[in-house]
Amino acid sequence: MGIIKTDKLTFEYIRRDEEGNVEGITRAVDEVDLDVKQGDFIAILGHNGSGKSTLAKHINAILYPTEGTVWVDGMNTQDEAHLWDIRQEAGMVFQNPDNQIIGQVVEEDVGFGPENMGVPTKEIWERVEESLKAVGMYEFRKHSPNKLSGGQKQRVSIAGVIAMHPKCIILDEPTAMLDPNGRKEVIRAVRALNDVEGITVVLITHYMEEIIHADQVFVMDRGHIAMEGTPREIFSRVDELKELRLDVPQVTLLAHELREKGVNLPEGILTIEEFVEALNGCQSF
Amino acid sequence: MIRDITLGQYYQADSVIHRLDPRVKLVATIGFIISLFVVDSWVGYVVAALFLVCMIKLSKVPFRYMVKGMRAIVFILLITVVFNLFLTPGEPLVSVWKLTITKEGMRTAVMMAVRLSFLIVGSSLMTLTTTPNSLTDGMEKLMKPLKYVKVPVHEIAMMMSIALRFIPILLEETDKIMKAQIARGADFESGNLIKKAKAMVPLLVPLFISAFRRANDLAMAMEARCYRGGEHRTKMKPLCYHGADRIAYGVLLVYFAGCVAIRIML
Amino acid sequence: MSIILDHVNYVYGEDTALAVHALKDINLVIPDGQFIGLIGHTGSGKSTLVQHLNGLIRPTSGAIYYNGEDIHEKDYDRKQLRSKVGLVFQYPEHQLFEIDVFKDVCFGPKNLGLPQKEIELRAYAALKQVGLEDEYFYQSPFDLSGGQKRRVAIAGVLAMKPEVLVLDEPTAGLDPKGRDEILDQIAKLKEETGITVILVSHSMEDVAKYVERIIVMNRGSVLYDDTPREVFKHVEELEQVGLAAPQVTYIMRALSKRGMPVDTSATTIAEASQEILKALHRTV
Repeated sequence: MGIIKTDKLTFEYIRRDEEGNVEGITRAVDEVDLDVKQGDFIAILGHNGSGKSTLAKHINAILYPTEGTVWVDGMNTQDEAHLWDIRQEAGMVFQNPDNQIIGQVVEEDVGFGPENMGVPTKEIWERVEESLKAVGMYEFRKHSPNKLSGGQKQRVSIAGVIAMHPKCIILDEPTAMLDPNGRKEVIRAVRALNDVEGITVVLITHYMEEIIHADQVFVMDRGHIAMEGTPREIFSRVDELKELRLDVPQVTLLAHELREKGVNLPEGILTIEEFVEALNGCQSF
Repeated sequence: MIRDITLGQYYQADSVIHRLDPRVKLVATIGFIISLFVVDSWVGYVVAALFLVCMIKLSKVPFRYMVKGMRAIVFILLITVVFNLFLTPGEPLVSVWKLTITKEGMRTAVMMAVRLSFLIVGSSLMTLTTTPNSLTDGMEKLMKPLKYVKVPVHEIAMMMSIALRFIPILLEETDKIMKAQIARGADFESGNLIKKAKAMVPLLVPLFISAFRRANDLAMAMEARCYRGGEHRTKMKPLCYHGADRIAYGVLLVYFAGCVAIRIML
Repeated sequence: MSIILDHVNYVYGEDTALAVHALKDINLVIPDGQFIGLIGHTGSGKSTLVQHLNGLIRPTSGAIYYNGEDIHEKDYDRKQLRSKVGLVFQYPEHQLFEIDVFKDVCFGPKNLGLPQKEIELRAYAALKQVGLEDEYFYQSPFDLSGGQKRRVAIAGVLAMKPEVLVLDEPTAGLDPKGRDEILDQIAKLKEETGITVILVSHSMEDVAKYVERIIVMNRGSVLYDDTPREVFKHVEELEQVGLAAPQVTYIMRALSKRGMPVDTSATTIAEASQEILKALHRTV
């Protein structure tokens, strides 16, 4: 069993009208099976309302499945005895940078998790230092979070999770509210966590260019998994992606279009370098 | 605009007073306020003034900074003086029309003015030298005994520090929503009171909704980071008394004893 | 009919130690009917600039003219101006407050003191313009999806019948689907009504497809003001100020570097694919 495993995970919520009468039932997540290996970088794609955030909240035991089971490191999330272990092992970063920073000073915020876990004072300081260094925010440790940019705030939030020494970290659209520079900063920090510290990463996003380096990609649509594979496999199915109204990097789109016009290019080109090489190979100029 | 309002105007400096444990400063402020009501002679006020001036000097907060804070309460000060001046019965000094200034009135007016301004300067010295965060920390620790009578001390302190963190964010948001509604032709300035109150609806509804949304998000983020109340919690910056704090308590005790002695002897 | 900015400067927190020179000597002419992209990274002054256009912020020095009149003249009707220059803020759905969608959209025209009939006609037309279906008109705006809420908020500004529509990052936080829908809707609106549209964004790729003129802001000054094709020629300079050209531009430059005879100024995928095909045929 991997670090995160779900078996037929289903989540339903009841819609009510203003008087509180039941209007209907919405199935936000529909029989999802996941199995994530320790140390992997997983990306979950999908547009708003596809159920990807609901799925993420199950891994941190914020929501519990209506049907099916979720295990984190072998612990069933519905087992209350393990609640705090699960939340420590599966850290979570949310979308809005302003609404998840609790401390009034950067270092105090990063220390919040360890404080809650009852870590001794001296060790809290060590953890705060190493976490802030891991995301490159150490020099800002005495700053007020209100004075930071969006990307910096998200890096502080990530540090706050790392300080709890999790085995995996779930990021729920961490870049949706950031500008392009902030997005790059955050993705760089996340990749470093995965490469250097070996933390399992589950990145939820709707930006395609952020998933190029993932080991495994899941595309969600209307609560279930619509596509699954490596980034290259996913990106070679341009027409399906377009149908799901997802963005495809321009280089992949361009290659796809040229292919359709008869140019002999392989499917699933991800980077400019690959594109230039491939084009070079099919035609000498 | 609205963003220019500064709350909890902490003055950044490196002084003995800044470094003191927040509990010492809280106790000292309360002690100082009580002492102002203990003494009732000029000698006593001179002692209190000396004590205050020494503390200000030690805190390295510029005097004009303190005076700036005083400006807001000049009005209250004036009312107190005027009331005491005219409404205290006693031996008449000057009498104009129906208003009489008495000797006793004069005395109480001046005393009240001195007391009030000392009180304000004394307590603002505390907020100027203590970050809001360590202030809440100090309060939490000082109020700890109240936990045994079921007062949720930790929760109150946590609420205070979260409120302080969100004040600037919500102020900025107010500014933004206000501008957005003005861009839609809203008018927050003209009209009578009822009209003005009505004009606030397009500002307050979005603001409340946003505050609730933020509160909801924050609660989830805190839970995700294993927050479960004050139990089992350790502190990153635990409060503990150092040498300087003990000396400060000593100084305070001497000062307070002095005030009581003056009261008894004079 | 135009907006003219004449030597506009703006300083935040003047007379304090924390003064920030947010806009430096801005000179711009915005003629009628243009589709403009205003680009710059966070803090470049683009949001401050657009708030000058409808008189929400008064410049520290310099003047702004709307149709030839100085908008900070003593008895200039700025409320009227705000209906002519409609400004849609970032995350505009945060300003919704009424009990149903229709009432919320009525708020703007109501503030203009129009007769009830006219208010409702305008609200209806505006909601149609943003492509919202009738079934949502009497729902609470808070029950809608993110993309729908945003369209309602845009309709709230359109209902004032502006001559200039300024949108401050209208796609922020939306998914690709929501983003394309909003931008397509704006482009359609532009085509149908011919109003001036200013699109503030930090995404070159979004903007390149739609606009005819790009104004690039950096540290409170105008860095470039030209057609997309011309602006994207300055890739290195754009990168230096924290921006980037569309990925297509990079592809074309990389190909050209490898000796392929392509025009590197292509900014959209269609242009690029045509260029590459042309080049390939030439070498056959």
